[in-house]
Amino acid sequence: MQRIGDAPAVRRLLVGAAVLLAGLFLLLPLVAIFAQAFSQGVGVFWSNISDRYALAAIGLTLLIATLTIPICLTFGVALAWLVTRFEFPGRRLLQTLIDIPFAVSPVVAGLIYLLLYGRNGWIGGWLDAHDIQLMFAWPGILMVTVFVTSPFVARELIPLMQAQGSREEEAAVTLGAPGWTIFRRVTLPNIRWALLYGVVLTNARAVGEFGAVSVVSGAIRGQTMTLPLHLEQLYQDYNAVGAFASAALLALIALFTLAAKAGLEWRTARQEVTP
Amino acid sequence: MSIRLTDIAKHYGHTSGGHTGKGRPGHTANRALEPVNLEVADGELVGLLGPSGSGKTTLLRIIAGLESPDRDPAGRILFGDRDVTDVHVRDRRIGFVFQHYALFRHMTVFDNVAFGLTVLPRRERPSSGEIRARVHRLLEMVQLERFAGRYPAQLSGGQQQRVSLARALALRPDVLLLDEPFGALDAKVRQELRRWLRQLHDELGFTSLFVTHDQEEALELSDRVAVMSHGRIEQIDTPDALYRTPANRFVFEFLGDVNHLEGEVQDGVLTCGDARLAVDLPDGHQELLLRPHEVRLTQAPTPEAQLPVTVTAISPVGAEVRIEVAADWLAAPWLATVRHADYERLALTRGQRLYVIPRHWHRFSDTPGREFRAIAA
Repeated sequence: MQRIGDAPAVRRLLVGAAVLLAGLFLLLPLVAIFAQAFSQGVGVFWSNISDRYALAAIGLTLLIATLTIPICLTFGVALAWLVTRFEFPGRRLLQTLIDIPFAVSPVVAGLIYLLLYGRNGWIGGWLDAHDIQLMFAWPGILMVTVFVTSPFVARELIPLMQAQGSREEEAAVTLGAPGWTIFRRVTLPNIRWALLYGVVLTNARAVGEFGAVSVVSGAIRGQTMTLPLHLEQLYQDYNAVGAFASAALLALIALFTLAAKAGLEWRTARQEVTP
Repeated sequence: MSIRLTDIAKHYGHTSGGHTGKGRPGHTANRALEPVNLEVADGELVGLLGPSGSGKTTLLRIIAGLESPDRDPAGRILFGDRDVTDVHVRDRRIGFVFQHYALFRHMTVFDNVAFGLTVLPRRERPSSGEIRARVHRLLEMVQLERFAGRYPAQLSGGQQQRVSLARALALRPDVLLLDEPFGALDAKVRQELRRWLRQLHDELGFTSLFVTHDQEEALELSDRVAVMSHGRIEQIDTPDALYRTPANRFVFEFLGDVNHLEGEVQDGVLTCGDARLAVDLPDGHQELLLRPHEVRLTQAPTPEAQLPVTVTAISPVGAEVRIEVAADWLAAPWLATVRHADYERLALTRGQRLYVIPRHWHRFSDTPGREFRAIAA
């Protein structure tokens, strides 16, 4: 008996279409970025990414990503734990609210923060009186980045933790384990892959976020320009090679993140097969 | 160590949050457990038996401390002389065996069993050498020494449940609570584990309470059985007493197959369609209950009993032959068990027409109490 769609011709057609589309939409743009970035040689590429403003943009981007990840990680785990392990009024509503950052356009998110925390905003007035500046400075960029990336970890964890249920944790508590020990030795090992995947997504988005950041950044060169903003600026200035050099850098960060995830996955998978 | 419960009640609803259990949140004030009183003697093995939704698992989880009883009425849970009502699960010193094992899937069998010992506070924790020795002794007891390095996913269901038992016993609990311990296993493994659990219980002398919906399992394994329905304990007694003198109709019907005979009695004869049975009962509507072994199949009716039926199914597996019979006057088919010798003598086949003769019948009136009548055959 033959399964549906298992005819050789159909199989070849489907595989061919998948490879073609992946090549056109995923691989080719990636190749194009690097081709453009190095189109005038390594020297020009290097001078483009080592100039003062580029280095500042790289530094700021890495700072934002480094701070965003632990914040989102803590928030996501706490939220997923709350939603999947406890029964309380408003639980469903909370689960819907998690998705707000996905539903709202990042530009709108940026504007809301500007309205709230800007000099003339509701909270901004008080902050200004106390000489605290959040908008048009890196704390503002961090705030909107956290807003935009906050659902990733929780979204990865909630379905998994729901499927796994709380039985293992209950078993652990009947064996006398304190709360933190249960989390560290029972919960965490069961969710580590979803957690890692959430972090990878968070990192990718934090590094690449443009819309929300561009609203609150104020675009001060060398101070509040992240890599994507810097890239856009170069492109507006007709510096195509410079723009693509930054783009290549962003693409490299993304590739590195993915490779790290694949590597970790591969190592642990091997450990689990041969205990 | 003995267990004593007084006035333990539980309802789900708007009042409390807490861990998500098997409850049905959202409903307002859904009573899962009427105030329950229960005493389990030191070293006793007691089964909580009931259909799903009867509150047996809720009761077990409350004893374990995984769920909390209602504040009103203020029930109490005592282990020996120790009042544990407000003691956290982790300090109750209980062993809990879950229906689906709940083994730590990322730990080896060894680490699973050792878990309880390794999370003890540092000053109480045995040395790693002693932990290793103790875990190996436990694994030997459950006959799984060879599997110490395996992961739960690499074991069969029966083996996993044995690991979970070893894990629960590692801390030498005074009380062992088991929630449908054999529910997810196939019949043969179940039988084997049952015998083995009974042996272990007698050997180690802990006090056990286990939940099951399987009558046979409860009756075979327990010293005493508490039959539950709708959040109440209907009767608690030895298996023998339960079967012979059920306190009410629910217990009678739950502990085995039951045949119903409903009809109008007039002048000492119960009539139901074209069936007649001489009974010594007042006139009016009556319902009689019969066990499958309390009916006899014959070729011809007697003056006292004219109950014509047709054989619809025959199952010759086991010590007795189970015969299903049906008739127009019966709402549901009856079940009769006959000895293999009688089965052969009657030369039963499907579709054959026969008569049933009741040997005994039971009647539960609306007022508590039961009537049991033997009929001269």
